[in-house]
Amino acid sequence: MLSINNIEVIYNDVILVLKGLSLEVREGQIVALLGSNGAGKTTTLKSISGLLKPENGAVTDGTIEFMGQRIDRRDAADIVRMGIFQVMEGRRVFEHLTVEENLRAGSYIRRDRGVKDDIEKVYAYFPRLRERRHQKSGYMSGGEQQMLAIGRALMARPTMMLLDEPSLGLAPLLVQEIFGIIQRINRDEGVTILLVEQNARLALSVADYGYLMENGRVVMADETAKLRDNADVREFYLGLGAGDTAKSYRSIKSYKRRKRWLS
Amino acid sequence: MPNFLPLLITGLMNGAIYALVALGFVLIYKATDVINFAQGELLLVGVYVTFALVAETGFPLRPWPWPLAIAAALAVAVGLGVLIERLVLRPLIGEPIISVIMVTIGLSQLLRAIVAAFFGTSQRAFPPIFPSHVIELFGTRITADRLWALGIAGLLLLLLSLFFRFSTTGIAMRAAADDQQAALSMGISIKRVFAIAWSIAAVVATIGGLLVANNNGGINTSLGNIGLLVFPVVILGGLDSIPGAIIGGIIIGMIESFSAGYLNVKLGLEGLESVLPYVLLIIILMIRPYGLFGREIIERV
Repeated sequence: MLSINNIEVIYNDVILVLKGLSLEVREGQIVALLGSNGAGKTTTLKSISGLLKPENGAVTDGTIEFMGQRIDRRDAADIVRMGIFQVMEGRRVFEHLTVEENLRAGSYIRRDRGVKDDIEKVYAYFPRLRERRHQKSGYMSGGEQQMLAIGRALMARPTMMLLDEPSLGLAPLLVQEIFGIIQRINRDEGVTILLVEQNARLALSVADYGYLMENGRVVMADETAKLRDNADVREFYLGLGAGDTAKSYRSIKSYKRRKRWLS
Repeated sequence: MPNFLPLLITGLMNGAIYALVALGFVLIYKATDVINFAQGELLLVGVYVTFALVAETGFPLRPWPWPLAIAAALAVAVGLGVLIERLVLRPLIGEPIISVIMVTIGLSQLLRAIVAAFFGTSQRAFPPIFPSHVIELFGTRITADRLWALGIAGLLLLLLSLFFRFSTTGIAMRAAADDQQAALSMGISIKRVFAIAWSIAAVVATIGGLLVANNNGGINTSLGNIGLLVFPVVILGGLDSIPGAIIGGIIIGMIESFSAGYLNVKLGLEGLESVLPYVLLIIILMIRPYGLFGREIIERV
């Protein structure tokens, strides 16, 4: 469905952020993109959704194809119309608009009459948004704003959603709830999901396939079941030792293991 | 209180006209963060285009009937808005906002010079748009054209408020004003929003200008100064608030009208009505620096 082939992304003509990154997302999957800070995860999402341009970034090499069409030269509005919707990091709701107006803004590209029904559908997924429908979204809690950000994405009826750190700054219970809904959206609405997460354990528990990024490259890619068993991933991303027990920081003497992909 | 009703209607009418011009100003500020110093000149262009079509001798096919001439002037206003976005704003995307503001000052001088080149700077008689017979209303006598002006300005303000509140385009414009990148991520074209904001600003300025011209019975290039006169209105109402522009406009209109009618005579101070709005402005700024209805910065605690 989506395939990124060897792309290079440069900001401000000099800063090389992605260095030959490739990845593939198949229809109906949830794919997780993991990596430490600054690995280039958000840049990857933005290069797909066309949001690099306002930040002076550009895909300078390689191709991005969606449903067989090249999209790396298209602008953001075109890409949304083709069915890719990015939920940006940090929720980014329109603070001075009400919940319902935010949802209507999400349906901007649509000209059909189903918008009302879809607002109801979003409320069915997130009943809390219905209670707050006429409230200014800027005054809602972080969890409610994240629900609104995902609901707003649903309003565009995308075939693919790019979720950038939906767990950021949320209480664990809320994170559970939101990830449950993300899985339901994937299953019931048939929306393919590319998920960027810092919380590797959580991401690997919901995704079908995972990519590990470091320094602007993919360093490992596999089905999540296999990734979870990989010794490096367990050590560096899940914080588990040889057994299934979490490692105590007291027992860590130094970095004995070297990540095998760095050499 | 003698003359209460005529003063009230004059105040409401002037206020509604200020509100119209201020609304364009607010719209551009909200959508693009630019303080548009050329607002008065957008008005000037619109009024003079209408004037040329209706009254200017030597123009082909003259004189045009009012509705047609006004429609043409509004079309020119829309075109001007789109043109400004294309030629002035788009090349400046990513430049500091202060550069764009400076450019609007340049734009204002340019438009004013173009108008002066075509029509000269002398006072011209502006033919009346509305009938000006006297109407008896609640025991006082008022000319009909004031009621017309009040009605049209009020209706337009109502329509624009509804547009921003309920239409998809209106919501998209407010969304873009809130968070441009997020708006972009849902397919809202920022360029289009800018063009629409400038076009609406030019259209409401034109209509406001026509109402003023009709009221004064004559026009000259200093009509563009209304662009500066609405500063107290927008700062009073809040630079980024649409209801604020409307209420601010009406407050300023009323203050002018009533102080001219009562205070000037009582206190013997000629011209007090032009000073009072600014006095109020200073007081308001001390109490509420972002204006009466200005957007508060939402901070979640």
